[in-house]
Amino acid sequence: MEHYDRLFGNAGYIARRIAADVSGPAAIPRRNGEPVFNEPWESRVFGAAVALCEQGLFEWDEFRERLIAEIASADAQATDSARPPLAYYEHFLAALERLLVDKGVCAGAEIQQRIKLESGEQHDHD
Amino acid sequence: MSDHESDQGGHHPRPLSQAALRAKAIESLLVEKGLLASDAIDRVVEIYEKDVGPLNGAKVVARAWCDPGYKRRLLKDGTAAIAELGFGGLQGEHMVVIENTPKVHNVVCCTLCSCYPWPVLGLPPTWYKSLAYRSRIVREPRAVLRELGLELPESVEIRVWDSSAEIRYMVLPQRPAATADLTEAELASLITRDSLIGVARVEAP
Repeated sequence: MEHYDRLFGNAGYIARRIAADVSGPAAIPRRNGEPVFNEPWESRVFGAAVALCEQGLFEWDEFRERLIAEIASADAQATDSARPPLAYYEHFLAALERLLVDKGVCAGAEIQQRIKLESGEQHDHD
Repeated sequence: MSDHESDQGGHHPRPLSQAALRAKAIESLLVEKGLLASDAIDRVVEIYEKDVGPLNGAKVVARAWCDPGYKRRLLKDGTAAIAELGFGGLQGEHMVVIENTPKVHNVVCCTLCSCYPWPVLGLPPTWYKSLAYRSRIVREPRAVLRELGLELPESVEIRVWDSSAEIRYMVLPQRPAATADLTEAELASLITRDSLIGVARVEAP
């Protein structure tokens, strides 16, 4: 794990925290020990969370708390215990969004507005 | 950078999901606020892709270098040969593998969006999705490759392969000289993502 520190400074520490957290409710879904991204946005949101933490915007534990809360709340609502692995990054995204709002980095309304804008751009290309 | 991923020309079978839109909205807000650089995300993801295990495509190439029968199957039916090693699925359903030779160098792109064989190459780097790469690699591949650090002699023909929802390409790079003693696993560790896209060579250790 030392190479994380060489390559990445503080994020090396974060990477180790994530790697150590392989069995708890905040564990990254893994297949044969490898993190799995099902779609590009999942890696973007994953990368964004780690990069923001590296820059000191929040502590990893602050993010993890919210991630655990998101997963726990979904678990409580789930009628089927077999949660598809894709759902993981939806929780990840929701946790990041909540943290950014809690920290006053982005307003909820601002995010909603930007989503509308992005979805409008998408339709323009159709 | 135009990074649209809309359903266009059959390149994408479906529009962005709600989650993808939401993630994109948050990323663009953070970039706009100066809190996040796209490159910073790339770096994080690359570390996870590289350090958490060799790329599946590297294993495929190393096998092809060591097993001529496998190489023949790989070039004939990429999807089936890649599935032999247990790789496949979303975005990797129709794989075509193209072989680099001393005379011909292949490079892969997706001119309309960012089609990419996830099961063998992991996730596409941001530069692959950039308008600059998508538009210029076809028009002036030699110059673009030079900018990316790959200088090819004029005598080498460059072929550019445009991926789509129907076909995803992967390059079979040339095995470096003086690697006869290496095991398949050692060979796999030499193979980079960029060499499988065709913007780099595989270098001997």
